[in-house]
Amino acid sequence: MALAQKKSRKNREEQKLAAFLLAPAILIMAVVTVYPLLRSLWISMLEWDLTKPFSGHPFIGFQNYLAILKDPVFWQAAKVTAIFVIGAVSLEIISGLLIALLLNKNFVGRNLVRTLSLLPWAIPPVVNGIMWKWILNPSYGALNGILYSLGLIDEYIIWLGNPILSLLMVILADAWKETPFIMLLFLAALQTIPGELYEAAEVDGANWFKKFWNITLPLIKPTMFVTLSLRTIWALKSFDLIYTLTAGGPSNGTNVIGFYTYLKTFVSLDLGKGSASAYLMTIVVMIVVLLYQKALNQKGTSA
Amino acid sequence: MSTVLSYSSIKNKLHSSWKKHRTKKWLGKTITYLFVIMLVIAILAPFVWMVISSISPQVELSAKPPHWFPENPTLSRYRALIFGSSSGAAVPAATAKFLKGMRNSLVVSVITTVICVVTGTMAAYALARLPVLGKNNFMIGTLSAQMTPVIVIVIPLYLLLQQFDMIDTQRGLILLYTGFMLPTVIWVMHSYFLTIPQSLEEAALIDGCNHVTALIKVVLPLSGPGLVAVSAFTFLSSWNEFFMALIFTSSQAKTITVVVTEFSSQFGVDFGLMATGGVIGSLPPLILAFLFQRYIVEGLTAGALKGE
Repeated sequence: MALAQKKSRKNREEQKLAAFLLAPAILIMAVVTVYPLLRSLWISMLEWDLTKPFSGHPFIGFQNYLAILKDPVFWQAAKVTAIFVIGAVSLEIISGLLIALLLNKNFVGRNLVRTLSLLPWAIPPVVNGIMWKWILNPSYGALNGILYSLGLIDEYIIWLGNPILSLLMVILADAWKETPFIMLLFLAALQTIPGELYEAAEVDGANWFKKFWNITLPLIKPTMFVTLSLRTIWALKSFDLIYTLTAGGPSNGTNVIGFYTYLKTFVSLDLGKGSASAYLMTIVVMIVVLLYQKALNQKGTSA
Repeated sequence: MSTVLSYSSIKNKLHSSWKKHRTKKWLGKTITYLFVIMLVIAILAPFVWMVISSISPQVELSAKPPHWFPENPTLSRYRALIFGSSSGAAVPAATAKFLKGMRNSLVVSVITTVICVVTGTMAAYALARLPVLGKNNFMIGTLSAQMTPVIVIVIPLYLLLQQFDMIDTQRGLILLYTGFMLPTVIWVMHSYFLTIPQSLEEAALIDGCNHVTALIKVVLPLSGPGLVAVSAFTFLSSWNEFFMALIFTSSQAKTITVVVTEFSSQFGVDFGLMATGGVIGSLPPLILAFLFQRYIVEGLTAGALKGE
């Protein structure tokens, strides 16, 4: 009886302590994320156009959403985002995995290569954008310079001049920055696979492909899922690179949904439609987040 | 006789297979190294070109094709950005802004890191060791908060900061950055604490410590690598952040990422100056990443990949 009392008192004290330890973090996150998220849901249902200051902001239900869904530029942005995300993420995952497979052996300078792989990941995304803008410069850029010196082109190419080519260049710049870190994640996963598994397979006469398909791939699948969903989430939200490299152009060819929302809100100053567009984008991101959590749980149960 | 023959034939066979094996191994090694060299070039070349551009005189940069190695390298742009230039009309305005941007980034990133690591570690400890109602929902909630696109909450945040007179201030940015980076700190530290055996704290608790002293005396000294990883990551993310800095600052609190992008519009012709700004602005995160590379890769792998 006394023991139970003591135990429950201890439990209460621990709960109090937990509340005290959690309070600052909860308070900050409530102010910075939870409250704004709710308020912006409300704003997305108001007519609130800063260019029409006298109309006030009446409640108009889902009309902002309907207006956005009827906007051809929105669908253009959705298409560009889809191409960018699928193109960039699959390029990064596949090349990241291939490089990791090739580096997963002992060679002199391996640690150096790993350290250098952090360079693209660590520099600010806007610096990445500026850097590629300079490399791709039509008159003085290094890419034209190299191809011209090697005799591969006769005249300089305007890399950011047409929608398709510039979207490819945006994907290239994104892949340069993101692939090395993905490679490091895969490398870490590959190193947890015990060598005996491969030796046993070799005794059974398995070739390289069989070993990859039956041993490597199943064992790195969790890492693959997690990386895939995390990269997809970040790529869906891309903004810094687009802002500095192409500003969405030419003719909306690289206008991703994040940039479209930015323009609606801060250039057209239509807060209601901007919020609606942002919410549509958030819904898509949250679907991927759910898939990510599924992947995490799967990893938890399999490990 | 026959035994000798077969012996020598076996020896021959062994020798040739060994030789084959050796050539195959040698070939494999060569391919690996060739590949590694190509990889290193691909990783370094763009950045190295930015460094070369930053020390090349304008004339050499606009040659066709450009001079890959400048004949007359110059540090004048670095001097101009750091000490202010003695001549030249356009540079001084940029210079004043540049140093201020560096200072703002430094102050905001350091304070954000300190607040995030302290409050995040406290929360993570409670979630890892103490009875908390709805623990799992809380963890999933923080994860979702971290994944939310910033743009969806920017308008309410703007109105909020305006109300408290925090637009274009360092404290405004610090508040926002802290809110956005706390989830990562909580997740990484939480998974780190779970790897520390609970028996160590239990011993301390029996010895009369309470949870707070056990956390400070027993758990934290064992959490060094985790703390280093989250600190470095938080600093780096704050330093590199651009979107919120673009929207919530206008003159006083502009961070280096915003200042560097403004170079490109205002001094569009002088790519050398942009490159210089880019190089200097990248130095703090680069140094940090290289110093703590082991912890960063390990810590983030743990945070991103280990669910619980």
